[in-house]
Amino acid sequence: MVPEGTASAGTSSPHHCENITDEERLAQLDDVLKQYSAVPGALIPVLQIAQAIFGYLPEIALRKISVALNKPYSEVAGVVGFYSFFTTVPRGKHIVRVCLGTACYVRGGKEVLASLKHALGVEVGETTPDQAFSLDVGRCFGACGMAPVIMIDDDVHQRVRPARLQKILEQYRAPSAGAVTREEV
Amino acid sequence: MIHLTINNIPVEVPEGTTILRAASLVNIHIPTLCYVERLQAIGACRVCVVEVEGARNLVASCSMPVSEGMKVSTSTRRVREYRRMVLELLISEHDGECQTCDRREDCELQALSSEVGVRTVTYRGERTRKRIDTSTPALVRDNGKCIKCRRCVSVCAETQHVGALWAQGRGFDTAIGPAFNRDLSSIACVQCGQCAAVCPVGAITERDHIDSVWSALDDPDKFVVVQTAPAIRAALGECFGYAPGTLVTGKMVAALRRLGFNAVFDTNFAADLTILEEGTELLTRLKKQLVDGQHAALPMFTSCSPGWILYMEYFHADMLPHLSSCKSPQQMFGAVAKTYYADKLNLRPEQIFVASVMPCTAKKYECQRPEMKASGSRDVDAVLTTRELGKMIRAAGIDFANLADEEMDAPLGLSSGAADIFANTGGVMEAALRTVYEVVTGRPLPAENLHVTPIAGLQNVKEASLKIEGAQPDWSFLEGVTVNVAVAHGLANAEQVIEAVRLGKRKYHFVEVMTCPGGCIGGGGQPRFTNDDVRKARIGAIYREDEGKELRKSHENPSLAKLYHDFLGKPLGEKSHKLLHTLYRTRDSV
Repeated sequence: MVPEGTASAGTSSPHHCENITDEERLAQLDDVLKQYSAVPGALIPVLQIAQAIFGYLPEIALRKISVALNKPYSEVAGVVGFYSFFTTVPRGKHIVRVCLGTACYVRGGKEVLASLKHALGVEVGETTPDQAFSLDVGRCFGACGMAPVIMIDDDVHQRVRPARLQKILEQYRAPSAGAVTREEV
Repeated sequence: MIHLTINNIPVEVPEGTTILRAASLVNIHIPTLCYVERLQAIGACRVCVVEVEGARNLVASCSMPVSEGMKVSTSTRRVREYRRMVLELLISEHDGECQTCDRREDCELQALSSEVGVRTVTYRGERTRKRIDTSTPALVRDNGKCIKCRRCVSVCAETQHVGALWAQGRGFDTAIGPAFNRDLSSIACVQCGQCAAVCPVGAITERDHIDSVWSALDDPDKFVVVQTAPAIRAALGECFGYAPGTLVTGKMVAALRRLGFNAVFDTNFAADLTILEEGTELLTRLKKQLVDGQHAALPMFTSCSPGWILYMEYFHADMLPHLSSCKSPQQMFGAVAKTYYADKLNLRPEQIFVASVMPCTAKKYECQRPEMKASGSRDVDAVLTTRELGKMIRAAGIDFANLADEEMDAPLGLSSGAADIFANTGGVMEAALRTVYEVVTGRPLPAENLHVTPIAGLQNVKEASLKIEGAQPDWSFLEGVTVNVAVAHGLANAEQVIEAVRLGKRKYHFVEVMTCPGGCIGGGGQPRFTNDDVRKARIGAIYREDEGKELRKSHENPSLAKLYHDFLGKPLGEKSHKLLHTLYRTRDSV
């Protein structure tokens, strides 16, 4: 139940791999930049790929991108800051996204968000100190009939009630986390 | 051709013309805010909206091209009310502080509110958060005053090819600024101040040096000398209501004396000095390549413009050897004032305070470069922009219009017409050619009235070739050589020249670059607002100043001959090297 376009490069792209070093990630980025250096309009695709490689957009990657694509660093930063999809903060193991589209908003999305902030102890855009969860806000996942919804990684959780949140989060804290079944959907 | 009517007046214009431009051709004024000539229309502010028959919404006239049969109305009730609403919304966010703002005299937002008849601001809401950035020696940015028109973004990216400023974030929280809203000093900014020159409000201004100059003038132990760049005399009048292009050299000198400067000198003197040093440097490089068969860093680039120097250090560090090693005239002047002139007065360098008046914000940065201390004390202590000098004159209650003309002091106030034209794009090159050609051939430059017309004017990149015939025995290696020169103004144009040189498409010997469009007369510290008409008027004034002088060539300046005889020795000599030349460094562009 993942609508097209929401499975984002930032969370679960094939590029992203847990077990490689930062140097290896930078080497991957260099390869990408070689391919794209002469391609017009490459900035946004390259940022997407970079976020897939690192899980977020570290400053060192942005500087490399600025140099390789011959774009002013302020422009690169401006694009990163404009699109809520891009993040310069290291992401947690799991990305929790609360839908605040119209349907979810009127059916309690705001309360769900408040509870999640409380439960995780972070603000929107931040990551928990144990690096387990990052909290984001989305604008419609295309699941309005099941509002309010949240997405954790690629899983959509429907008709979420604040009281049920701890239970949902627990599933991802379990040792086998990441292999959560989609029974809820 | 396209036929349309604007306010029922028939207009015929070429295809692709904007409504705004078409209206101006029939003398219909449409108010604008974010629009700046020469730059791609931004269409951000919505002030220039007009009504087009058949169109559902009002359209932005700055970016909408005309079409056949179009019927445009520029001031219907709907248009007037819309514009007023836009202005009210802008004002509601703007942290004005109008009584104390740097722009209280020439704020475009204020003028526009008056023009469209804003009487009250209906909207009350959040204001932009104030954040003042004083991290650079040249510029101050206050985001609270920024109305996000993006003129600065366009000029920095398009005209200067730097891109230091960009919109960061989105929605109400959008802020114009360097990457991640950090300080300007954290990124590659060349400090040219073109952003300050186009800013309609007080969001970007120069760092104030007025207080430090007053303090020096108040200090009985300081001998305060002032130098004025040639571009000032063609623009200072604008601060007092004179038309652009009015020469006010004599009144300016009189005003500076009344402000209390101990000696009123001319950066022109150092411009003449620059020509002797830089001309000799060029000939030395040519000899190295043509006679000794060694590699010389050609083309040689001029080094008078500190924004250009920073641009090279940030973006083309591998080509730094191509820059002339000459300090800029401002710094040469300071170095000579605190050594040669100090000796004459029996003063120590630190007893002399050198103030400059410059059309430039980057000069405020340049004077603080750590290597600019030839005498041990800073070559130049404070730099006023043209605008700042105007403010000081007003604050001192000087009746500028009724001042009788006065002359600069000797010896550092004497100069040739060649020095005056340093203010114009193409001027340094023309001045250099006047001297180099005559030194090499013994004959004056074969050009009408000594003007090298192909390199004058506002064309983006200008080129000229000069064949040397009848070289003197010392310079026989130049006989029959065609010297190719190029002139660029605005760093985006300079970038084109660099690219052509890198790709081997052009073989120049000497290239003049001025950071700002039009040259120093269009500098970031000049009275606002500078458009092409103003640039042309100031350029014309500078050429008149040159033509009015008895001495037209730098090497004819008798004070200079005395300086070399009594003190410096010869161009590129040991003392020159120590006082008048400098080094550059590599800087990370990101």
